Amino acid sequence: MSFASKIKEGAFVVTSEIGPPKGTEIEEAIKEAEMLRGKVDAFNVTDLQSSVMRLGSLATCHLLVERNLEPIFQITCRDRNRLALQSDLLSAYVLGIRNVLVLTGDHTILGDHPQAKPVFDLDSVSLLKAASLLAQGKDMVGNDLIGKPEFFLGAVVSPCAEPVEPQIIKMEKKIEAGAKFFQTQAVYDISAFEKFAKRVEQYRVPILGGIVLLKTAGMAKYMNEKVAGVRVPEKYIKMMADAKKEERVSVSVKIAAELIKGMKDFCQGIHIMPLGWEKHVPKVLEASGLWT
Amino acid sequence: MLVSKLKDADELRGLLNKHQVIFLIGCNGCAEVCETGGSKAVSKMESFLVAEGKKVTGKFNIDFLCNKALVHRRMRRAEKDISDSSAVLVMSCGIGVQVVAEITSKPVYPATNTVSIGGTQGLWLGEERCGNCGSCYLGITGGICPITKCTKELVNGPCGGAKNGKCEIDPEKECGWELIYNKLAEIGMLENMRKILEPRNHRNMEPSAETKKNIFWAIEK
Repeated sequence: MSFASKIKEGAFVVTSEIGPPKGTEIEEAIKEAEMLRGKVDAFNVTDLQSSVMRLGSLATCHLLVERNLEPIFQITCRDRNRLALQSDLLSAYVLGIRNVLVLTGDHTILGDHPQAKPVFDLDSVSLLKAASLLAQGKDMVGNDLIGKPEFFLGAVVSPCAEPVEPQIIKMEKKIEAGAKFFQTQAVYDISAFEKFAKRVEQYRVPILGGIVLLKTAGMAKYMNEKVAGVRVPEKYIKMMADAKKEERVSVSVKIAAELIKGMKDFCQGIHIMPLGWEKHVPKVLEASGLWT
Repeated sequence: MLVSKLKDADELRGLLNKHQVIFLIGCNGCAEVCETGGSKAVSKMESFLVAEGKKVTGKFNIDFLCNKALVHRRMRRAEKDISDSSAVLVMSCGIGVQVVAEITSKPVYPATNTVSIGGTQGLWLGEERCGNCGSCYLGITGGICPITKCTKELVNGPCGGAKNGKCEIDPEKECGWELIYNKLAEIGMLENMRKILEPRNHRNMEPSAETKKNIFWAIEK
């Protein structure tokens, strides 16, 4: 059953993420996805994550399709104008890709080619709208398409951002533009997530809560200072700090499992961003009761 | 020198839809040369607004709307008329609109679009910047420019990158869309943020053939 069908049937879904390499050796990344075959319902493939030049999401998603693993094609507004974006969406469809996650994208300055020209011709709302239009058989300026794509469109939201109101306003616009599911930024505060979930309940749109495994206390502190929409509570920082080096993975898994169990009742699934700890994802799924 | 062109009548009607009582401000600097902001242009706009059934509570022109101190002083003298109005319409480049928007908490609308000239801009001493986008959004965004204040120039912002109100690329730079959100909330126009705005038309940045026949262009030859 496809990811889209599972969501439509109301199943609690699990997605994970692949970050393509800086180069052409894609096998390692595909192997990590293989490890999770049957346990994860779909795999996000990032689009030049952190604005670092890498192998593209389009090619990687197609390789997953070839191996019967379901991808979620992440597409950002940072690098391509509206022509290229519409074209890539058509290309994705003919390469067997159906799930698309639309994002604004990190700014070029943050990456390893800071001198590059940032594009941002569209934003996530107008890109969602363009994708919806393509699925109706028209391009952005109203021309009829010869053959139209079909997509299951998703977008992102930051439930723990402060202030959260602008995020919710934009979420409404994304839904109006065609978003049918949402994956969130990493959540570490269940009560904030619950508050957010109750506020957006009225939109009846499936939300997958984001989970990022903490690797060290330092990482948690760094995220609190530098990463938008993320707030790791003191108790988790302390747990990581108190853990001996060889215990860190198990404490991290414990925290993740606790978060997943706490969030389960307020969302329709979990989106795990392993950030290099792909091999620990099975432990997280087991510990949180999602690996049955 | 910033080049501006009057917004077309239908767009002005749309922007001023909810406002029946307007205060007019014009600029005798660049905008006078562009015939978008001098006293003649302001009088014409006044007639247009009256013909649309609106009341114009008052108007003034000053030499340079990009001079904040000057604008402050002049607006203080017009305080009563402005407070009796429901909105302020500014006939100048985008800089002038932003200056006025910062001073008053009435909704401020641009009568013009500012386009690129590919040359040096005039000197002004404030922090406002105009992106010469030719599609002035200031009337929708509470007088705060999404092109110059948002690093990604988003028209439907914010993105998810702001931390503690600061842009992801610089912890000392304010998130433009958070500024817009706060301002719209302050002036009671948050519904502007709920509408999906169409992607920018980058063709608007090029001055029209008509504009290039204007006298100051000829002087450069």
